[in-house]
Amino acid sequence: MQTIDLSEIGLREMNKMLHSQADQTNQTAWEIINPKGAHAIACGLNAPIEVTVKGSTGYYCAGMNQHATVNIHGSAGPGTGENIMSGKIVIDGDASQYLGATGHGGLIVVKGNASSRCGISMKGVNIVVQGNIGHMSAFMGQSGNLVVCGDAGDALGDSCYEARFFVRGSVKSLGADCEKKEMRAEHIEILQGLLNEAGFDADPSEFTRYGSARTLYNFDVDNAGAY
Amino acid sequence: MTDPKIPTTTPRQSATFTQDVNSDIRRAAATGIYDIRGGGAKRKLPSFDDLLFMGASISRYPLEGYREKCETSVTIGGLHAENPIELDIPITIAGMSFGALSGPAKEALGRGASMAGTSTTTGDGGMTPEERGHSDKLVYQYLPSRYGMNPDDLRKADAIEIVVGQGAKPGGGGMLLGQKISDRVAHMRNLPKGIDQRSACRHPDWTGPDDLEIKILELREITGWKVPIYVKVAGARPYYDVTLAIKAGADAVVLDGMQGGTAATQDVFIEHVGQPTLAIIRPAVQALQDLGMHRKVQLILSGGIRSGADVAKAMALGADAVSIGSAALIALGDNDPKYEAEYNALGTTAGAYDDWHEGRDPAGITTQDPELMARFDPIEGGRRLKNYLKVMTLEAQTIARACGKNHLHNLEPEDLVALTMEAAAMAKIPLAGTDWYPGKPGTGF
Ligand SMILES: Cc1cc2nc3c(=O)[nH]c(=O)nc-3n(C[C@H](O)[C@H](O)[C@H](O)COP(=O)(O)O)c2cc1C
Repeated sequence: MQTIDLSEIGLREMNKMLHSQADQTNQTAWEIINPKGAHAIACGLNAPIEVTVKGSTGYYCAGMNQHATVNIHGSAGPGTGENIMSGKIVIDGDASQYLGATGHGGLIVVKGNASSRCGISMKGVNIVVQGNIGHMSAFMGQSGNLVVCGDAGDALGDSCYEARFFVRGSVKSLGADCEKKEMRAEHIEILQGLLNEAGFDADPSEFTRYGSARTLYNFDVDNAGAY
Repeated sequence: MTDPKIPTTTPRQSATFTQDVNSDIRRAAATGIYDIRGGGAKRKLPSFDDLLFMGASISRYPLEGYREKCETSVTIGGLHAENPIELDIPITIAGMSFGALSGPAKEALGRGASMAGTSTTTGDGGMTPEERGHSDKLVYQYLPSRYGMNPDDLRKADAIEIVVGQGAKPGGGGMLLGQKISDRVAHMRNLPKGIDQRSACRHPDWTGPDDLEIKILELREITGWKVPIYVKVAGARPYYDVTLAIKAGADAVVLDGMQGGTAATQDVFIEHVGQPTLAIIRPAVQALQDLGMHRKVQLILSGGIRSGADVAKAMALGADAVSIGSAALIALGDNDPKYEAEYNALGTTAGAYDDWHEGRDPAGITTQDPELMARFDPIEGGRRLKNYLKVMTLEAQTIARACGKNHLHNLEPEDLVALTMEAAAMAKIPLAGTDWYPGKPGTGF
């Protein structure tokens, strides 16, 4: 295990060190101490390493992640895991707004709650939240899955495309063109898989699936009020 | 029967309800949808045409054409980036999306720009191998939609341009209509084929100048502080937008006026939102000067740049470089009268064709239709663009030499006069033949 004291070496040196880890690195386990809410911690990683941040992080921690696993032993600031491509991010605390925004792949797990715009414009990422999520989550979500073991706020899935949303608790309101969907065997299977990967013990049959009604897919003047 | 002895008045067209206006009303009534089109503002606006260079005289002596050097190079992004962009000419190719343009058209832009020693720019929809492969210097746009956005391409870029706005539609997003969504475009954007693709008008993971600063930090960290980061803003509130972009840490600001083209948006947006290119330069330069950043953070101006005269005027007013979109497409062959019969069949005429979003471009440039695309030769297109860029550069040099400047950057506002009061006020240039700067306190009236 390599330990980096962020307060000593600074952001640039730390990220440089993490970025220089090649595909075949033997130094796969890294620990970052004294993060103190700094921004852009461990963003742009591109190797199968595991980074554990001992504390809370600022904006864009693990942004654009590829292959790496990033554990945050604290809460995570806005835009954590934005545009994640692959790998995994696990947040022990709560996540601020825009979690996993535009993420193209990989998995994000939140043990606490996630704030507004969770999974905004998601493009293939899977996000599993043990608690609740805030308003406008998965706005314009294109693909991937958003699993919420608690409740969802207002306007879930507004203007979404093919992303799937699984919510165990209540949904305060659905966004434009988002509707309740039938939970078929294939969805139970996807959901069970994601819950297992996240390590959450929840019964998939208690969840409701939501997704696009696909009425806004091609412009129609009679839908103008929904735009 | 009218009485032939009583004179009739001639039929009188309304200046308010013109034939154009009436046709808009009839179209709206028939379809129930606003008009969407490509291109920039078509209305007449105060422009660079309303400025003139005075040239040399007894008090200023000219440089000898073709003999005495007039440099044209520009370095962009040296403030924070390890590898700033070095260009031979101060005319860059603006970001135009793959999706709006065909793959071969993007390739031609790369070829032409590279031969002329300048950069080209990706667009909404991501980076294609064609344009990366054929562009010596490629600027990668970071847009609200983040279609096709991935860190591998980000690391392949020579510069990154965070797009906040476009002159044609300040505050607007985008729309690629279903008919232009080929398998390839759909795949790059991670969406089903054949559906409308809406591009958001705001970035999904930041709002406001404080966030922008952190976003820039993240992009720099991911790319190791190597490449410049530009911020592109529409000509909405240039003084404040440029100030905030600089404070957020931009290496360069791209400022796009309302004549600037777009692939597709509402006509009402193009014609009624934003400010003319002429009006936005001085406030932007003022912002740079007030922060002590003029010539340190580069200003790249776009929106209706057509000729070397436009380039020279933009630079005289304080821009470090310009960027072209529409003009580059015309150089490639867009709206060429040789396709007049086909434009007529589409209900339009060469020069007026702007339904690029429908994907039926006879010139094969703004389309994803394989048959139409095949009409366009990227090698010939690249050659034409190179020629055009060279001509613009020569024209700008001609003017600069006549003003006694050995570098285009040495052109200055004092070289100019304005032909109209509007242009004088907007460009803060005296009205020709007077010492009058309309709108400037303490200069009379
Ligand atoms: C076909 C087309 C596609 C465009 N696509 C984009 C885009 O994807 N992103 C962007 O920031 N601007 C886009 N623009 C705007 C240009 O980057 C640029 O601001 C504008 O073309 C400059 O004005 P000009 O066309 O008068 O030269 C597009 C313009 C055109 C004509």
